Amino acid sequence: MSDSQVVSNDVVVHGAEAGVQHEHLPYQRHHFETYAQQNDATNFAMWLFLLTEIMFFGGLFTAYLIYRNWYYPAFVQASHQLQIFWGTANTAVLITSSFTMAMGVWCAEMKKKSALVLCLTLTFVLGLVFLGIKFIEYKEKYDKNHIPGFHYSMQSFLNPQSDPEVYNEYHDKPLSFDMARHTELYFFLYFAMTGMHALHMIIGIAILGYMIFRAQAGAYTTGHVTFVENFGLYWHFVDIIWIYLFPLLYLISRH
Amino acid sequence: MTVHNDESIEEHESHHHIVSPRIYITILLALLVGTAVTVWASYVDLGEWHILPGITLFWNPVVALAIAATKMILVVLFFMHVKYSTKLTKLTVGAGIFTFIVLVGMTLSDYMTRAWGRW
Amino acid sequence: MSTNTIVSLPDQSTARIPKMNFISKEKGLLSWLLTGDHKRIAILYLVSITFFFFIGGALAGLIRLELLTPQSDLMATDTYNKVFTMHGIIMIFFFLVPSVPATIGNFFIPMMIGAKDLALPKINLLSWYLYIVAGILAIYTMAAGGVDTGWTFTTPLSTHYLNTHVLTTGIAIFIAGFSSIFTGLNFIVTIHKMRCPGMTWFRLPLFVWSNYAASILMVLGTPVLAIAIVLVALERVFGIGVFDPTKGGDPLLFQHLFWFYSHPAVYIMILPGMGVISETISTFSRKRVFGYTAVAFSSVAIAVFGFFVWAHHMFIMGISNYSMLVFSLLTMLVAVPSAIKIFNWAFTLYKGSITFETPMLYSFGFMGLFTIGGLTGVFLGSSGTDIHLTETYFIVAHFHFVMVGGMLMAFLAGIHFWWPKMTGRMYPEKISQFAAVVTFIGFNFTFFPQFILGTLGMPRRYASYPPEFQVLNVFSTAGATILGVGYLLPLLYLTWSLKYGEIAGENPWQATGLEWQTQSPPLTENYPAIPVMDHEAYDYEWLEGQKEKVASVG
Repeated sequence: MSDSQVVSNDVVVHGAEAGVQHEHLPYQRHHFETYAQQNDATNFAMWLFLLTEIMFFGGLFTAYLIYRNWYYPAFVQASHQLQIFWGTANTAVLITSSFTMAMGVWCAEMKKKSALVLCLTLTFVLGLVFLGIKFIEYKEKYDKNHIPGFHYSMQSFLNPQSDPEVYNEYHDKPLSFDMARHTELYFFLYFAMTGMHALHMIIGIAILGYMIFRAQAGAYTTGHVTFVENFGLYWHFVDIIWIYLFPLLYLISRH
Repeated sequence: MTVHNDESIEEHESHHHIVSPRIYITILLALLVGTAVTVWASYVDLGEWHILPGITLFWNPVVALAIAATKMILVVLFFMHVKYSTKLTKLTVGAGIFTFIVLVGMTLSDYMTRAWGRW
Repeated sequence: MSTNTIVSLPDQSTARIPKMNFISKEKGLLSWLLTGDHKRIAILYLVSITFFFFIGGALAGLIRLELLTPQSDLMATDTYNKVFTMHGIIMIFFFLVPSVPATIGNFFIPMMIGAKDLALPKINLLSWYLYIVAGILAIYTMAAGGVDTGWTFTTPLSTHYLNTHVLTTGIAIFIAGFSSIFTGLNFIVTIHKMRCPGMTWFRLPLFVWSNYAASILMVLGTPVLAIAIVLVALERVFGIGVFDPTKGGDPLLFQHLFWFYSHPAVYIMILPGMGVISETISTFSRKRVFGYTAVAFSSVAIAVFGFFVWAHHMFIMGISNYSMLVFSLLTMLVAVPSAIKIFNWAFTLYKGSITFETPMLYSFGFMGLFTIGGLTGVFLGSSGTDIHLTETYFIVAHFHFVMVGGMLMAFLAGIHFWWPKMTGRMYPEKISQFAAVVTFIGFNFTFFPQFILGTLGMPRRYASYPPEFQVLNVFSTAGATILGVGYLLPLLYLTWSLKYGEIAGENPWQATGLEWQTQSPPLTENYPAIPVMDHEAYDYEWLEGQKEKVASVG
């Protein structure tokens, strides 16, 4: 998934190294026989990397599924502490950013430089919006002492009426002390899973920033779209993780 | 400046098909609709199915996961171009999902069959 | 012993190491540290894992010394816990997992498929650097006081009851895990996408198939270990209770995630070794591997089935009866593909022209010892017997038979087999055969008594034991001394051979692989031109034909 300095589009002809002449494009690495092979190989490599990510998140999903079933009432009530508005907004933001990213790949394939830069920039901005909303949500959790390990408070669950904004919407019954304790586990999983997801977003946004510069320089609109395409795969994958996190964390039961 | 020989810029197999923006927009709308539906569904009690005495299936989580799975499939097939990709790519995606299911499924099967009264 | 040998060396009075090769191409430390050449990276790995092997070995020596006497008198029990923990961690993560893939695999997979390099040379180099960073962190941890949880980091011991360097060790293993993932990822891409013209899947050497299967395990399994370590770290730092029973968590969840990787990990370790054995058995019986397709598919079958059996490490830990049943049954199934390989190698030997060069001696050792280790695995896979044998020395003996008697012997077989190709020089045959025999004898003396100790009831990971177990323990330690000599010798004579070994020439073993049809050491780009594969694997008739061609031209 390399992104070489494209100076010209001329074919590079190599002289006799052991008497064999071969031509290849400037952005084709030497150990590949053809540009197509390089493309195939790097694309496949990115998919394999995404496989490792599936399994990495798999451990967290396993933990989540077990404890949600063990401590269902706690998970339901704790999930009411998350605001549907922000969660849905974030989902829409991320889905749209996936769209703009896919459009970016199309622009690169069609060699439309300014459109590509626009799409990448939109993706970048939407990514930042996502993180901004997450920050708002995390801050709210901090203010309400719902961060596990940091002065965690079970008040909202032992005595739901002490938390009017949530109570007025859901009218939860008070949980027993034993069950209320397990809301901390819900929030741990919330922060672990969304935090891990956010970390992947941050890395993605950083790479996007780099790509916008390179796109502006014309690196991706000369026929060498591999970098954009493979990054797109990564970005869509991060979107898919959120597609599952949203219903699992926010929509456990709102009735 | 364009090159005309064997090793010119070849469209590699999965690149042959450039997905049109029209498809992308359709998928985007489908995903957004799916999001709205899943939010709406969480506000409705969809009931349960008593399969056997002691084994009940609640429809809400099933519907939520089904919608999420559909969205995932749309993203994978169209945004990630897997519909137009080689068999190898499709096999790779399948292998990943399969291993994920083995991890989650077989681990959960241990928890579900413990007689701890928690499940 | 027969004086027959298949070794065919060029005339030593005129033979020279080829002037242009991957070692002479560029000079200087940076040309090695910033290389993209898979062969140089393989050598970097070889030096590194040898270093860690001897550290792990020293720790093993300390264990055996402590166990000479029933009392815990050589070191405090806490120290003993640290010693066996570090022994396990270093041997598994810093020696066994990268042993064959990162050295022989890195060096020869591109050559075996007729490619110029792996698909992702920079990722390959990154993989080595990650390994080194992880290794340095592990050594730092040892120096700073070590960790005493056992290599399995069982919760809640590792999360709540110990204050040793669990975190730093966890980080080291996390990083080493990514090193492994990148190696596996690279191999899969390379084998799929960079085979030379004519190299169909079923013409690949079986070594490639084995490493391919191991690579699938590396890519799919290791991330789960990574998340398990992350959760332990979070539990230790924030105490949220994901593994804490008093807060409603389940310690067994950690074990599920840990063993989901660590069981496939044992196949990651053994499969590349099995690949080596396929090559050596064929070469030293001058016969194609019997049942090529079966051996190839059995490698993949081991990889796939290996994902379904992890809870057989947890039979006594509190999993449900249903799980015990299912995992025990599946474990019986996973033994089948391994057995298929042993049968196929045996049938390869049958009516072959067998010679006893060092790689073959190690291969025979492998076949015998791996079979014993594997059979004892069946006792352990059966949950009824496992309840009595688990956490005793029976387990310790079982995994040392498969890992040391099996994998380490296969590694040594491979190093000796491909040494002439990597270095251009032969190792000294007589002393290496002697070392192989010493290793075999030492190994059996060390580990066979441990089966008996286990069935008698001696628990593992204990510094002190009832006095009636002492005789067998003394036997075991005596064997360990012999084993140590057996491992030290190759270090010495292989180093010696770099300067004084006979010039090997292109194909000292008259082997059929593509890597043997070019100079030793190879060119940086492996071949002057990309080869075309026009014959089946292990085609000794083709090889005869090549020799006749050369003879008739000359």
